[in-house]
Amino acid sequence: MAEFIQGLGLPEALATFIIILIKIVAILMPLLLALAYLTFAERKVLNYFQARVGPLHVGPRGWLTPIADAIKMLFKEIIIPSGANRFLFLLSPVLAFGPAMAAWAVIPFDAELLLADVNAALLYVLALTSFAVYGIILAGWASNSKYPFLGAMRSAAQVVSYELAMGFALVGVIMAGQSLNLREIVLAQQGGLWMWFWLPLLPLFVIYFISGLAETNRPPFDLAEGESEIVAGYQVEYSGISFGLFFMAEYANMILISVLTSLMFLGGWLSPFEGIPYLEEWFAWVPGIVWLLLKTSFFLLLFLWVRATFPRYRYDQLMRLGWKVLIPITIVWLILLGGAIVGEVGPWFD
Amino acid sequence: MPFAIPNYNVAIPEMFVLGMACLVLIVDLFLTERSRTVTYLLSQATMVGAAVLTLTTYSQEVVLAFSGTFVRDAMGDVLKAFIYLSAFIVFLYAKPYLQARKLFKGEFYVLGLFGVLGMMVLVSAHSLLTVYLGLELLALSLYAMVALQRDSIFASESAMKYFILGALASGMLLYGMSMLYGATGSLDLGEISREVATTKMELVMVFGLVFIVVGLAFKLGAVPFHMWMPDVYQGAPTAVTLYIASAPKIAAFAMVIRLLNDGLYGLHMHWQDMLVILAILSMAVGNIFAIAQFNLKRMLAYSTIAHMGYLLLGILTGSGDGYAAAMFYTLSYALMSLGGFGMIILLSRAGFEADRLDDFKGLNERSPWYAFMMLILMFSMAGVPPFLGFWAKVSVLRELIHVDMTWLAIVAVVFSIIGAFYYLRIVKLMYFDKAEDNSEIKQDLDLHVALSANSLGILVLGIMPGPLMALCASAIGVM
Amino acid sequence: MGFEQFVFYVFAGLLLFAGAMVITVRNPVHAAMFLVMTFFTSAGLWLMLEAEFLAITLVLVYVGAVMVLFLFVVMMLDINLVPLREGFMRYLPVGILVALAMIIMMGLVVGPEFGAHPVPERHGPDYNNTAELGSILYTVYVYPFELAAVILVVAIIAAISLTLRRRPLVKHQDPDAQIAIRKQDRLRIVKMDSEKK
Repeated sequence: MAEFIQGLGLPEALATFIIILIKIVAILMPLLLALAYLTFAERKVLNYFQARVGPLHVGPRGWLTPIADAIKMLFKEIIIPSGANRFLFLLSPVLAFGPAMAAWAVIPFDAELLLADVNAALLYVLALTSFAVYGIILAGWASNSKYPFLGAMRSAAQVVSYELAMGFALVGVIMAGQSLNLREIVLAQQGGLWMWFWLPLLPLFVIYFISGLAETNRPPFDLAEGESEIVAGYQVEYSGISFGLFFMAEYANMILISVLTSLMFLGGWLSPFEGIPYLEEWFAWVPGIVWLLLKTSFFLLLFLWVRATFPRYRYDQLMRLGWKVLIPITIVWLILLGGAIVGEVGPWFD
Repeated sequence: MPFAIPNYNVAIPEMFVLGMACLVLIVDLFLTERSRTVTYLLSQATMVGAAVLTLTTYSQEVVLAFSGTFVRDAMGDVLKAFIYLSAFIVFLYAKPYLQARKLFKGEFYVLGLFGVLGMMVLVSAHSLLTVYLGLELLALSLYAMVALQRDSIFASESAMKYFILGALASGMLLYGMSMLYGATGSLDLGEISREVATTKMELVMVFGLVFIVVGLAFKLGAVPFHMWMPDVYQGAPTAVTLYIASAPKIAAFAMVIRLLNDGLYGLHMHWQDMLVILAILSMAVGNIFAIAQFNLKRMLAYSTIAHMGYLLLGILTGSGDGYAAAMFYTLSYALMSLGGFGMIILLSRAGFEADRLDDFKGLNERSPWYAFMMLILMFSMAGVPPFLGFWAKVSVLRELIHVDMTWLAIVAVVFSIIGAFYYLRIVKLMYFDKAEDNSEIKQDLDLHVALSANSLGILVLGIMPGPLMALCASAIGVM
Repeated sequence: MGFEQFVFYVFAGLLLFAGAMVITVRNPVHAAMFLVMTFFTSAGLWLMLEAEFLAITLVLVYVGAVMVLFLFVVMMLDINLVPLREGFMRYLPVGILVALAMIIMMGLVVGPEFGAHPVPERHGPDYNNTAELGSILYTVYVYPFELAAVILVVAIIAAISLTLRRRPLVKHQDPDAQIAIRKQDRLRIVKMDSEKK
């Protein structure tokens, strides 16, 4: 493909540009499709948890439901409240959705399969996920209404607090992987199931996932929405596709967190059977990306499972958990980890 | 990666204080209100331990460490030892005061220890970067300590004033530093002093120097950058005023020497003139305004401003002997100011601050012993022979005459005669007036002992000032 | 003009535009958002200088945390900016004077050597700015670096000790006490004879 475009005789810069554009499309199209079907999966999974059957009627066994939803959202009217700040009201869904897509630029799907091999990839992802909160805060403020504003305030405090725990967990990954580059972090986990970072970084792994739940405003940390208390928080005044963008951003962030967790703690595209006789050879034909997708799907299922199982946290409990439990644990573990790395404790750090 | 382990040994006292401060912070978390004395004891142990670590490794030789950002020399060690001593006395005096006002919290000691660490960094700084970091560490601790008494309007107000003016001063200092860096291309004070000697960009450097001197004057409290001093001294809890008025002045002296002598000696001609103006104004404003004060803390604040003027006299000579005299002055000032604020604490009790001049009326009837102690302190501050303050003034004036600035020495003497008035007024109040308040002085034994030792020490050092003077001279390593 | 220069001018232009908007727009929330934009564009400029670590940290720290809290405050306070701007014309001459003085001083510092420095060489693709920065920060500058950390600790202690207080009249739940409750504390089973008719 790349050779074909370069062979067309276009100027160098333009050819590179077109190739990058094609790569972006190749990442984003499947991602958007996955988004749509993640909503479908969520409904199905939740329904089975609650002993119901879920959507059945649009298309064979309900498989076209997300498409119908998408069409519905696209054609509904966008209502702008008269007291709202028009510019920021329309800007904020874009601010929520944009970073959720941009972060995918540095995600490696396989040792060679990635858009941009950035040295500070991990920081880049962290910076972009931290930017996502602007969409929510501005939406709450621009709506000029009580419930959205409450939701926005809750979200701001929550995201900033949990970002710390998340950042500390990532510091552990960086220390263990000796790199900020996601590809190198995955390669540092080679050597089978027990070499993946989930084991030496077990508390950080758990904390990262919990903070991921909080960062994406998913249950049990969905206080920014809190249907039963503040009606739907920052989304109250949104309709049509402007609501749809928030919706998609939330699911895109879920997928992103799942992929990152798989990459950083579960060996990314590495096969789980590495180092096990027979099994390793039998499964050698499976491409790395399949393993990555399997691991990602597992974490996505976990997202849904948590939603079906746990009640929502109260606000002070949420803050207490973040500041008084998660952050101290990460700090203690970082100190231990530093000791283990300097002391070259095997089999991970020798 | 090639990585040379830096010479950590020279900074062991700093690391010890840091470690202990963190330890106190954590231990304090698990203490109940009643066992809070453990925090106090640990803080005192830190000061003693640091003194032992510093003094056992004392040497005359100058050692640079951490890529030239840290310097260990005799002057630094002596100053640090006196900083530990001051902090030790402050912690001791402060305890009953804090207990009586429900301020006896771990934060006072933790912040106090971090402040001591900041002073140590400042004393040992050999780079603009470490000067600034040490200063900020010290200043940040002080701001928080002033504001520690949250339900007092005066404390909050003075904390705000201190914070805003302090931030402004830091800004000035940083601006001056950035100009120096722009002109010399280095943050290292040794490098800067070499550059200054051979520079063609004198204009930029003098510009930077002006800002640095302004910043230093702010921190010392020299006129016309003294506005924060009376308010902060009066508004802060006396225990905190005690802290601010003693050890940080020693660190400020070190900062002036490090910046102006170690870094910018090549611009001596320029900074001498600036310091002359600052010194004359400080002596004038400090001594004259102090006369009009009825609050002892405020009066002592103006007296401090005046003392800073005399201190600058020693520094502006630019000679080794002058620095030694200024150092002698700083150390004597720290001891006297500890005693002065200690007396206020002694006479205070729960719900009552003995910070008005009237509170000292007739002290002789209530306690002849402490009236005598206060007499020693006041005579010493006024510069009456044979007390310590006299020798401090004499040595500074002698060095001024040595560099042919006799006129300035005469000005200083005139102002110190004016200043004697308000110190002697307190003596008059104590011995010749009727007491308004005849309650008994009830304080712990350790406060009685320490305060008496403090005052008698000033008397003893006044009778034989030789050893301390010799120590200062050898610490500066008279050039 | 090469591609790189083009990108530079785009970023620089946006930076100046956003910076000017920060101080001219009437709505404080808009001003805060323009400040975010200036951070982004300056991060872009830093990226072009091969300082990717600093660029991303700028976004992470200032955009991701500082400005969120700032926005939080601005939204809660609902400041009316009009009175704040009243003295604008009065202070303008002073402002211009200060700006001129700064330009002259910059000229004095940079002037004689302007153009004397060669264009710095580009690093290869395997150059890692983050690793370089780390290795100098933890060796040459380890002492100031640790001191900066201590200053932050003091700031935390100061902030907490000044804001944390127990107000006796406020009702709040104590989760520890809730969890530690035992049956005996709440429930008393009394043996009673059944009532007789």
